[in-house]
Amino acid sequence: MISTKSARLIIHVFLILFGIVWIYPFVWMVFSSLKTNQEFLTSGTALLPEEFQWGNYADAWYTANFSGYFLNTVIFTVATVVIVIFLSSLTGYALGRIDFPGKKTIMICVVAIMFIPKGYTIIPLFKLVSNMGLADSILGIIVAEASGAHVLFILMFASFFANLPKSIEEAAEIDGAGFLTVFSKVMLPLSMPIVATTAIMQFIWTWSSFLVPLVLTISKPELRTLAVGMQSFVQTYAVDFSGMAAGATISLLPVMIIFIIMQRYFIEGVAGAVKS
Amino acid sequence: MSKNDGNGKTASNANLKTLKKKKAMWAYIFLLPQIIVFFVFSAYPIVMSYVYSFYEWTGIGPLDDFVGLGNYQQLLTSPRFWNSAVVSIYYILGTTILGVGGALILAIILNDQKLNGKGFYRAIYFLPVVTTTAIVGIIMGNIFGINGFVNQILLHANLIDKPIPWLTDPFLAVIILIVIGSWKGLGINMVYWLAGLQSIPNELYESAQLDGAGFWSTLRHVTLPLLKPMAAVIILLSLVSGINAFDLVKTLTNGGPNFATETMDLFIYNFAFSSQLGGGQVRMGYASAAGVLLGLFTFVISMIFGAASFGKQIIKLRGSKRRKGGVNV
Repeated sequence: MISTKSARLIIHVFLILFGIVWIYPFVWMVFSSLKTNQEFLTSGTALLPEEFQWGNYADAWYTANFSGYFLNTVIFTVATVVIVIFLSSLTGYALGRIDFPGKKTIMICVVAIMFIPKGYTIIPLFKLVSNMGLADSILGIIVAEASGAHVLFILMFASFFANLPKSIEEAAEIDGAGFLTVFSKVMLPLSMPIVATTAIMQFIWTWSSFLVPLVLTISKPELRTLAVGMQSFVQTYAVDFSGMAAGATISLLPVMIIFIIMQRYFIEGVAGAVKS
Repeated sequence: MSKNDGNGKTASNANLKTLKKKKAMWAYIFLLPQIIVFFVFSAYPIVMSYVYSFYEWTGIGPLDDFVGLGNYQQLLTSPRFWNSAVVSIYYILGTTILGVGGALILAIILNDQKLNGKGFYRAIYFLPVVTTTAIVGIIMGNIFGINGFVNQILLHANLIDKPIPWLTDPFLAVIILIVIGSWKGLGINMVYWLAGLQSIPNELYESAQLDGAGFWSTLRHVTLPLLKPMAAVIILLSLVSGINAFDLVKTLTNGGPNFATETMDLFIYNFAFSSQLGGGQVRMGYASAAGVLLGLFTFVISMIFGAASFGKQIIKLRGSKRRKGGVNV
């Protein structure tokens, strides 16, 4: 669409300059985490530290308990991803592959859940988890998080299963495979790209989740996830800026690395889900 | 269970019928886990938030202090609550205009077939989307702090002679909140727009070129009109995500200075879980009433939005959908 060479050059310059501003906060974070606290306050606009303070990471990891937060986040995230894949693949298969009475109604309900704000249901959800005896346990946080709306994934699975040719199923049925066998041995393995996309996207979202783990760990600090732990760190050690930056780097680096490796999957997954 | 399914070629009509019935039964079994989860963790909490909203309740002990509409009355006469609604509206509108509008420009640039390094640029602009909002809030709190990076730069460049109170001035704090919220959400909107742009058939551009249309007139007469149905979806998604702005507000300003940036989400949280900022005591009934109003607010925003700008289109889409028997949008 844009034809002339000079116009394209201007666009590149704009995209690069703007891009630097765009990701500068992360660059700033990483370099700040390697400064001393004094340097953080006095170095002004200088990016590079005089001497790399790797000790900040050891302090955050051991002293400020980011090792514990990290482990909690991994358990919380992995369990949520597994539950979400289980629920949305089953739901997606039923909605995409099978004709049954009441299908339309269920489809409408699925889409409607998307518009329920979390702030609306967090109080009853908090009470519910306590009443189930799951308050102050990692299981409670997992259950509360995994129970949200996964409309995007359900629709992704549904449209994938709907578009598979009927002959695949029929061939397996002729071979004597029952419904469950067809699903678990034939259809689910075929849907691996959707499973992978769901896993990556849900991983990043759960890793970043804040409200649910914040509310459910109010009285149990040792169950905090990285995002929640980070916030309490800032409140407790208000003056430890480089420690703050080290903690932030520990919390963000895993998702950033996963995103950079898998970005194709992620960006196309979002785009594909919207397109269909 | 698979004995009857194995008849293959000899399957009669009756057999097919039982097969269909069996499959329907399996569909319900497959849906069961999600349905249970929905009723327990979505439907039940929604109903309960209405129930709680009629009680003065600290969240501990039985629900026995029924106050009827008392909580609602108190909310609707509370300047702090109205302020939170106004801040939410500013935030929702601000991030939608900046985030969705900016994303459209970026998507049009990055959709150019001949532009090198598209994937790289897309990844860069998408990066803030995947990062943890709460941690972004903390980092940005430092960058825009009184001795933070932004003020240092401006001071060094002699553009200002004393630091600007970005986050402690009521007006500026709202602006910064909107700017950071837009920065965070722009990448996802860019991808939505790109998906829309890529679904426009190439032939249309080719015929526009044959007609001698330049960049701007192609944009005006081909691209933008065809993006309209997509725009409705993108704007609606942006509005809804603006309502869930809790993470950023909580970590960036915590509602300050003096509740100037308290959104409705944060208002609910403060009264339900943080006695210090909730006026001295935990009031779950009162916060639940605010939650119900937030739900209503979400509903009204979607309705106003739908009626004002895209009503006809949505109705048209629905109509054509029904006629054609369910075409995906």
